[in-house]
Amino acid sequence: MLALAPLLVPLVTALVTALAASRPRTQRVLSFAGSLAFLAAAALLLERVNTGETLRIAFGAWPIEHGIGFAIDRLGGLMVFVTALMGFATLLYAESDVDAPRRAPYLAPLVHGLLAGVAASFATADLFNLYVWFELMLVCAAGLLVLGGRLRQLDGALKYLALNLLGTLLLLVGVAMVYGLTGRLAFDELRSASEHVAAAPLSAVLGLLVLALLLKSGAFPLFSWLPAAYPTLPAPLLALFAGLLTKVGAYAILRLVADVVPRAPTLYDGAFATALGWIAAATMLAGVLGAAYHWDLRRILAFHIVSQIGYILLAIALGSTAGASAAIFYTVHHIVVKANLFLVAGLVASATGSYDLRRSGGVLAARPWLAALFAVPALSLVGIPPFSGFWAKWLVLRESLALGRYAWAAVALLVSALTLYSVAKIWLEAFWKPLPAHVEANSAATPTEQRPALAACALLGLVTLSISFAPQALVEFADAAALALRGGGQQ
Amino acid sequence: MLALALALAVTCAAGAYLATSRDVLRAVIGLSLLGSAVNLVLLAAGRLGPSAPPILEEGRSAFGAVANPLPQALVLTAIVIGFALTCFALVLVLRLMQAARVDDTAQLRFAEPPAVDTVKPPEESDELAERTDGAAALRRRDEPC
Repeated sequence: MLALAPLLVPLVTALVTALAASRPRTQRVLSFAGSLAFLAAAALLLERVNTGETLRIAFGAWPIEHGIGFAIDRLGGLMVFVTALMGFATLLYAESDVDAPRRAPYLAPLVHGLLAGVAASFATADLFNLYVWFELMLVCAAGLLVLGGRLRQLDGALKYLALNLLGTLLLLVGVAMVYGLTGRLAFDELRSASEHVAAAPLSAVLGLLVLALLLKSGAFPLFSWLPAAYPTLPAPLLALFAGLLTKVGAYAILRLVADVVPRAPTLYDGAFATALGWIAAATMLAGVLGAAYHWDLRRILAFHIVSQIGYILLAIALGSTAGASAAIFYTVHHIVVKANLFLVAGLVASATGSYDLRRSGGVLAARPWLAALFAVPALSLVGIPPFSGFWAKWLVLRESLALGRYAWAAVALLVSALTLYSVAKIWLEAFWKPLPAHVEANSAATPTEQRPALAACALLGLVTLSISFAPQALVEFADAAALALRGGGQQ
Repeated sequence: MLALALALAVTCAAGAYLATSRDVLRAVIGLSLLGSAVNLVLLAAGRLGPSAPPILEEGRSAFGAVANPLPQALVLTAIVIGFALTCFALVLVLRLMQAARVDDTAQLRFAEPPAVDTVKPPEESDELAERTDGAAALRRRDEPC
């Protein structure tokens, strides 16, 4: 039953919070209770999978090989836990008045629905089922995007929806082709069935699926929906989106090419993996160049999502077990850091009155503790030792050098330097520079209740610090998770 | 079989043509047409052939003599999901067209305002100060100018 918790707990919470939509206080209590229950269930789950056990369950009392199955291994358990953590941090932050989303009655149900979609994507063991959870995510995300109802939000939501609908259709065609080719949809059965498929149709179908997932994860050249839509969201929702959504796409690619079709990296003498690697390199560069150009805090950070997705894809493209392990470590580090950066950005903007760096400044002098909260995820994003980003990048670089992929490693290093440039820009403009004379301190926008927001930032900062100073635990976990892929975790 | 292939080709072509239109309403309808084409692919992936319903008495098996039920179940799910998304997209587009009074994607630059000159990105509108109720802002825009 525990294997169903990642789906059921947030889904039930979404339902009861929707029923309590007319009673804001009850809804808040239910929403927090659901979030805490999800976090507790995810922690239990993490403890169970850490023993090497894979939790399985099939719906409708079907035998496990016929029904739609959930299977949570180490990788799935870890991702579900991070999802629950992000959900809690977001709800905590939304309790403050800092760049808060409009108090809409259906905010909480949509957030929990989104969490259900994300967590179920990590838990499912069936390709068609994966498509269904992607759709649930898409519907809830689109709902959250238009919640504010402002013109720019509607416009951003349209761009988000149009491209993601296309991605969904590609994914569905891919799923249909896989079924036509093998007659299987369950991951375990696909693993053995794909061994007997000729290389040409297999790579065509796999290419279609990976293309759809690349679109969903915001990879080059199909990332334009991301910087268009994300900056229109209020800070806590932005952090939730930025942390989780694109990473589900990256996770699905990892699951597909490293676990379900373990032949994938060797197809056509590795041409498939090489193509993915170059896409990853282009993604890193395109994202960081966009970040270097922009002056709006949210746009800079949104483009950083794109470039960081590139690192994760690069690690996946390496195709080795150590590469998969690096991808897992990188994903966990990145979800926490990226969400935290957006949360702190909301506090910075509320302190100066603007997200635009040209109109902000003086935060270091006015609120030094805010600078400290920003420094931890920012240094981690760049990859300054000993922060978690350093270990993540180190793992990726070491493996790409070990496999002789020097060009990719060089791109990764260059992108790191450019990341440092754009983060330094934020630091210089928002924190060091005095507030420009023509900008009046925006006292009207100064929120009255900041403590929940600070607590959420501090919580995520502590997670980053603990990964930074004790990376070994996560590295060992990621290694074990990567080893259990390719069907190695089956008992 | 040929009829299905032709239907697929026509739906796909019409969908792709409309989806690449600059008119947002057409684009959404095009995406929904593409969705129908994908549903046909899903149905065809389960092998076309016998059309007898796959309902058997207990203890009997009839491989090959009845239609494959799985793609039917899959396509039903996909149709329901596609329907919901199309509805949402249509409402979104209508609301956007009402509020913005344009339906040309080239003019829909509210989320990403065009750059003021070739080097500098646009300055962001001071959103935190303008923190007004979104619905009220929309109502204002809806009033005849």
